[in-house]
Amino acid sequence: MVIAAVFAGGIGSRMGNSDTPKQYLELGSKPVIIHTIEKFFVNDRIDEVLVLCPKPWIAHTRALIEKYIPAGKKVSVTEGGATRNGTLENAIAYIEKNYEVDENTVIVTHDAVRPFITHRIIEENVEAALKYGACDTVIPATDTIVESENGEVISAIPNRKMMYQGQTPQSFRLLELKSVIASLTEDEKAVLTDACKIYTIKNKPVYMVDGEVFNIKITFPYDMKVADTLLKGKEKDA
Amino acid sequence: MLNQVYRLIAPGMIDVACTTPDIREKVILRPLYLSICKADQRYYLGNRSKEALKAKLPMALIHECVAKVISDCTGNFRPGDIVVPVPNTPTQDDDVIAENYRTTSHFRSSGYDGFLSDYVDITPDRLVKLPSSVDLKVASFTELISVATHAISRFDMFSHSRKDSVGIWGDGNVGYITALMLKAIHPETKLYIFGTVYEKLGYFAFADGTFHVDHVPEDLRVDHAFECVGGEASRPAVSQIIDHINPMGSIGLMGVSENPIAINTRMVLEKGLNLFGSSRSGVEDFRRTVEILDKNPIIPAYLENLIGSVITVRTIDDIHKAFKSDISRNFGKTVIKWEK
Repeated sequence: MVIAAVFAGGIGSRMGNSDTPKQYLELGSKPVIIHTIEKFFVNDRIDEVLVLCPKPWIAHTRALIEKYIPAGKKVSVTEGGATRNGTLENAIAYIEKNYEVDENTVIVTHDAVRPFITHRIIEENVEAALKYGACDTVIPATDTIVESENGEVISAIPNRKMMYQGQTPQSFRLLELKSVIASLTEDEKAVLTDACKIYTIKNKPVYMVDGEVFNIKITFPYDMKVADTLLKGKEKDA
Repeated sequence: MLNQVYRLIAPGMIDVACTTPDIREKVILRPLYLSICKADQRYYLGNRSKEALKAKLPMALIHECVAKVISDCTGNFRPGDIVVPVPNTPTQDDDVIAENYRTTSHFRSSGYDGFLSDYVDITPDRLVKLPSSVDLKVASFTELISVATHAISRFDMFSHSRKDSVGIWGDGNVGYITALMLKAIHPETKLYIFGTVYEKLGYFAFADGTFHVDHVPEDLRVDHAFECVGGEASRPAVSQIIDHINPMGSIGLMGVSENPIAINTRMVLEKGLNLFGSSRSGVEDFRRTVEILDKNPIIPAYLENLIGSVITVRTIDDIHKAFKSDISRNFGKTVIKWEK
């Protein structure tokens, strides 16, 4: 079984003057989160979709799903956590409670604010998670990455050819993910906010899936403008 | 849903754009294999008039494809069904004029987005289910095969009953496919192929005779003929057909020419010839084509010879590689395995 967990936990405080979390802003004729859910809804490798969002937004999210998503595949909504790890743990707990879980159960975790995800990225995530246990979606870094330990002086400039930018999805065999998270101390949990980083620290391999430059995360008002630009010219449909 | 389409924005330039298909109203397909057509190549290279390029670009290229059904809220197909999408999209009904000749019909990759996209959204009436017997790479150019099927249907509509022999002028892809489909539909008819390249004429092993156009026996006659040449060479081809066709024969014109072609009308009149044009195809032609491919396994087996190369596409650069590889091909099809 493969379950897509759409993380809509961010409160969107960086989104200009808008108080609405960015995943609920309209892109084209629908909220961003609906575009994202639709990508998993239509993909035949995904059995069910689980949306994790802040508690005050659960009813609104359910209403949006009812309005826009057709019947057919189950799309559930539950509360996310205070942190990304917390949301991940909530997702695992929800899945274990509501579905029959075995060693081949895969969780594909994805940011609700990345609606431009493609079919290939989802397929390759599922395949890589089944084959390697864990995967991250990345694109080669185009800017030189500069490291600074004190925020004032450069301490290192890593070789750009070895640098990648992390996107989502990140996908895992669910039971293995659960045991890896359980092995963390509370202090480690507070610091290790990225599930793939947890794997690497625990010396577990994380396979890299090719992302797309346009698989952008809508974080800033500028990103919304880029997303709008990508939507231009839709009148070419036959 | 947001759907990425890979559009030609200017000759040789492809960029990503997004459309927003309604998953409740459309069948959503994932392209598996696509095939490049000469018409796509003309847009890619900019070998169309400035006016045509300005009117039709940007648009996603490619109208030959086999795809998997991903989602269908209309209830006509099941996820996993393998289908061939019909690029012709009628917008009005007409009891007389076929869908592919209606001026109101839209055609994908000719002013409207073709199939070079993450998903293809389409209405269920534009889909034909593919039986598992047909190889997917061959199925990728079902559209081109259906163009031949359509031409033969029109030939049967217009031509007289004596079909002892048919000549096909043109030793390229269209000639090869038309000859094969003619052999399937009229197995008793003698097929003669006329071309300019001995190597290509050698591929027509299933025909009853092949001739270089410079060495056609003076007394050779055919009851009917198809012109599958196109371009400037259409003129000498049609001229030679008129010389070698029996009176009251029918000539199917299938080759696309950019410029007007002179025709020996004196002999057309004298012989009482019937010239008819044929272009593109409709959903019924697709259905008939798929049925023929399923019932005559020898046809797809021959069509496999047309697969010149299979190029896996994961990036826009790979799309350019596929088109550039196709430019130098004088026979066969460039098939794209779609992994973008």
